[in-house]
Amino acid sequence: MGLKIIVLAKQVPDTRNVGKDAMKADGTVNRAALPAIFNPEDLNALEQALRLKDKYPGTTVTLLTMGPGRAADIIREGLFRGADDGILLTDRAFAGSDTLATSYAISCAIRKIAKYDLIIAGRQAIDGDTAQVGPQVAEKIGIPQVTYGEEIYSVEKGKISMKRRLERGVETVECPVPAVVTINSSASACRPRNAKLVQKYKHAQTITERQNQAEDYIDLTNDRPYLNIPEWSVNDIESDLQMLGLSGSPTKVKQIENVVFQAKESRKIQANDQEIEELVKELIANHTIG
Amino acid sequence: MDNIFVICEIEDGKVADVSLELLTKGRSLANQLNCKLEALALGHKLKGIEDQIYPYGADVVHVGDDKRLEPYTTLPFTSIIMELFKKEKPQIALLGATTMGRDLGPRVSSALQSGLTADCTALEIGDHEDKKAKKTYKNLLYQIRPAFGGNIVATIINPDCRPQMATVREGVMKKEVFSKTHKGTLKTIDAGAILKPEDNVVKVIERHIEKNRVNIKNSSIIISGGYGMASKENFSVLYELAEVLGGEVGASRAAVDAGFADHDRQVGQTGVTVRPKLYIACGISGQIQHTAGMEESSMVIAINNDPGAPINKIADYVITGDVMDIIPKLIKSYKKNSK
Repeated sequence: MGLKIIVLAKQVPDTRNVGKDAMKADGTVNRAALPAIFNPEDLNALEQALRLKDKYPGTTVTLLTMGPGRAADIIREGLFRGADDGILLTDRAFAGSDTLATSYAISCAIRKIAKYDLIIAGRQAIDGDTAQVGPQVAEKIGIPQVTYGEEIYSVEKGKISMKRRLERGVETVECPVPAVVTINSSASACRPRNAKLVQKYKHAQTITERQNQAEDYIDLTNDRPYLNIPEWSVNDIESDLQMLGLSGSPTKVKQIENVVFQAKESRKIQANDQEIEELVKELIANHTIG
Repeated sequence: MDNIFVICEIEDGKVADVSLELLTKGRSLANQLNCKLEALALGHKLKGIEDQIYPYGADVVHVGDDKRLEPYTTLPFTSIIMELFKKEKPQIALLGATTMGRDLGPRVSSALQSGLTADCTALEIGDHEDKKAKKTYKNLLYQIRPAFGGNIVATIINPDCRPQMATVREGVMKKEVFSKTHKGTLKTIDAGAILKPEDNVVKVIERHIEKNRVNIKNSSIIISGGYGMASKENFSVLYELAEVLGGEVGASRAAVDAGFADHDRQVGQTGVTVRPKLYIACGISGQIQHTAGMEESSMVIAINNDPGAPINKIADYVITGDVMDIIPKLIKSYKKNSK
């Protein structure tokens, strides 16, 4: 008996390499100015799902992501690595969501998917580093959560058995499914793209993407329905509009400051033996070292 | 009503440092807001735990003692906190940004439909004017945190929902005894009456508690390496210098991501915050992500081959050149002069 697994993934700006032009005047992030990538820990989560798929024949892995149209890129990336399908949750109504409004929208989409045994997500995304969406989705759906996962051992007899990585050690826990599980970067890295899957899915697109594309591809989805990436808007999920976007977000950004380095008066030391020795003597004399 | 709550973390009968740091911060916020500071301790065999908490200024300590609360699992803690918060209606709730706080905080905030700000680096009280709604909010909690990989600092507020919740990492706030003789009121939570069987569906089968192999937080001298160290092998000169000086080796996030050093050595926003007497930054460019965790060092020496590296601006001494050439010189010179 296969499992039905949903992997929550986010397309994130690559914050590890931020240029100066990445901020808009209103203090929000100009994502377009940065390379957009598959959030690293969500790839760790995908790998755990794919391992369960290897282990339990008949298992399917569905990627669910919320974001702008171009977030379809990470669904394709997931398909190339072995996911079965993906859903893009996209609507202007979601704009300005904090973690709580995001979790609410995602939980509504999961309710629509209806049948699932396990939801796996990365521990946190590198643009916010909050680690909140996983637990909040679990609470909104009303199922248990296990965070900071490092390895899923098994999902059998209605229970998941897995390892957690904590500050001072590891824990093995058992939890009934369905559950939300989040995965750390200390877990196994995601497998690379599979060449056959790249061939199969390279023309997978959302309807919006097809509308903006050369006509040749439009007919493709008639013969090959797997090339259609479903796009869900606020009209496709059952939700309370007040709980989405800005109005559904209890936290507001009051102020954004660009980080300014405060200049200190620093002394330049030449990298030669003599000046370094003088520095060391000085540090010993003022009891900084020694 | 309207008090400040600190959700304490307890390990082997001892209140964690991060909780005592939050109590210290909570005390000063409570004085500013003219409200009470209350602490919550959940676990098993907690007799006398309040005596560890009172000296940090708590006016009330709520204790829930039940074997289902040890070891920590999400759902029983959430149920008890929900019950308590519905009754007490705190205005602010603080948790450590530990694996426990970051697991529990979002679950509780979602259930309460209140907001939560993760990993704050400062907490202040201030007002807010909503110009659109023509409404002024008095005495909000400013939850200040770096965001977007540490390239910006955002002030987050929570105008309408209560409690205003925030998590803070260990070592970010200072721990200070408020008064050794301070005593508060002990309130016992009847955990047995609150907990339901479905709260205990997650079972911890096995647990290895390992002491942290390294604890750079308590070291007075830290030699840190960045991506500019170029390899794990090159880190060996840093260990050598740390050994002669009696310090510890730290690392930047980029160096940890590249596999040059273990995560428990990481200094910065997503690592440890340190305040050593001497911090030597080697091959570290000085992104805010990193400097947020070391800028309060008493003295900073930057060694970098880039004379324009941002780290140089916060350094007391700047040595421009090759780390692999300079560190051995420092070691040699120290050995020669320390005798």
